Amino acid sequence: MTELWNGLVKAVELIVTLDPEVMQIAGRSLMISVSSAVIGSVICIPVACLIHFNRFHGKRFLVSLIQTFYSVPTVAIGLFVFVFISRAGPLGGLGILFTPTAIVVGQVILITPILLGLTISALNSVDRAILDTARSLGASGWQMAVLVIKEARFAVMAAVIMGFGRAISEVGISLMVGGNIRGFTRVITTAISLETSKGDIELSLALGIILIFIALVVNIVMNRIQQR
Amino acid sequence: MPLIETRDLWQRRDGHDILKNINLRVERGEIFALIGPTGAGKTTLLRLIDMLDIPAEGKVFFNGTDINSSDKVRLETRRKMAFVLQKPVVFNASVYENIACGLRWRGVNSRDIHKEVDGIVETVELKSYKYRNARTLSGGEVQRVAIARAIAVQPEVLLLDEPTANLDPVSASKIEDLIAGIIKRETITVIMATHDMSQGQRLADRIGVLVNGEMVQTGGLHEIFTSPRNKQVAELVGMENIIDGVVTSNVGEMATIDINGRVIEAVTDFDVGVEVSVCMRPEDITVALSRISSSARNSMAGNITWTVSTGPLCRVEIDCGFPLVALVTRRSAEEMRLKKGTQVFANFKAVSIHVLRRN
Repeated sequence: MTELWNGLVKAVELIVTLDPEVMQIAGRSLMISVSSAVIGSVICIPVACLIHFNRFHGKRFLVSLIQTFYSVPTVAIGLFVFVFISRAGPLGGLGILFTPTAIVVGQVILITPILLGLTISALNSVDRAILDTARSLGASGWQMAVLVIKEARFAVMAAVIMGFGRAISEVGISLMVGGNIRGFTRVITTAISLETSKGDIELSLALGIILIFIALVVNIVMNRIQQR
Repeated sequence: MPLIETRDLWQRRDGHDILKNINLRVERGEIFALIGPTGAGKTTLLRLIDMLDIPAEGKVFFNGTDINSSDKVRLETRRKMAFVLQKPVVFNASVYENIACGLRWRGVNSRDIHKEVDGIVETVELKSYKYRNARTLSGGEVQRVAIARAIAVQPEVLLLDEPTANLDPVSASKIEDLIAGIIKRETITVIMATHDMSQGQRLADRIGVLVNGEMVQTGGLHEIFTSPRNKQVAELVGMENIIDGVVTSNVGEMATIDINGRVIEAVTDFDVGVEVSVCMRPEDITVALSRISSSARNSMAGNITWTVSTGPLCRVEIDCGFPLVALVTRRSAEEMRLKKGTQVFANFKAVSIHVLRRN
């Protein structure tokens, strides 16, 4: 019990004193996951619009398929990406294995179903009368899409934040394709897992607190958005 | 060439025919009112004209072009029209942005948009709300935003679906004045759906009566108002008294009609023996306490069965062998002390009776 207490005190100390190693790891984590969320959104929001605004065979099946992948295991994606970008893999020539880029690629794949699925339901929630009004006022296809995203902006934002939350809290991908290289690809989650196994509880706890703090902020922002 | 024409237009939903073979022609500059009870298909027809739905059968022409011939034609044609939905919705943005959106989508530059919108917010009296979020407005204000948004794009055709149906009387008359102003000021073609005959009369040049998906009658105001083609239209145009009878004699179009053993005189060309319905407006029937000799051809004795006062008028039902509803001013009702059981004479002219063949 004293060990835990001492660990907590040390952890708070590390955070308050802005310990360089802790700050570096937290900053890197944020950078990587924000990039994943942004890149994921740039890809997924237009694709969600395409799915939402077009009528095609198997649409409902596609949407349920997307929803099934909400909880895909991170290690499965880690493995999948690893196979593709390892030296012998089809994209091995890119040489991105064990780089932050590889983590971003993995995280984008991880959060794509969440971004797609939640954006589609966000667009679905827009009143049909809004679509009719826009169409009757002469909006073209993409003008309608922009309007509908604007109308559903809070729900779409919630989707992006959910995606970010999933990205920053995952460990499987970062570990497998990032490699947990100190000062290069070490992120909060991989650092916690490593330091804990090494017995460096203080550093783990400090990073854990920061991660929980980020999760808290994400949740508060989400609540704020959903109340609008 | 009519500006808008529908040819053999049908619409179906869940196996039901919502519109049956609609052939409508609306000329440029015409104010056309679609009148009919709720559920008659008015909204459906407007939606087909605005291409929000695809018809089951038939075609819609705009200036001679089939509007559903391609996506490009559809968009181009739609941009010449504006549609104010029955329950208008506003976008989650400022009043200004709501009114500007149609112009923005047409690629109008910001300065022109600014000028146009500034003029329109004055017309619709929403100047002080310009920067307010439109979602915070009241029903009447939302309706004004919707109309402002529609006329901002200077459409050739304005489609209005029950523009005052969901409003309180004050807001409704404000909206009606606004529409009347737009019609007067601009050369615009309007197709307006309403269940309110008097609104149609106040605003329209021509009326089409839609009942159960069928265009029962189209014609000028006077024609629809005085010579409805069937019972349903007669009811819609305010002929509250519709009574069945048989023609018993006809000399030079002055006929006598037997109703439950009582005989009335009416102007009609139906022959002896024809089963007819006699239609009368309550306001065409005068009530007196004694038989009066006037130009009124008919004077029927009867007892009052009920009276209802609504504002300055009083509605009385008289049993003259058949029930007859008459409208008298409240003042004369009080002077004559009309109440249930009072014996009165219902007087009406032979020419104020509209006679329909029964089928």
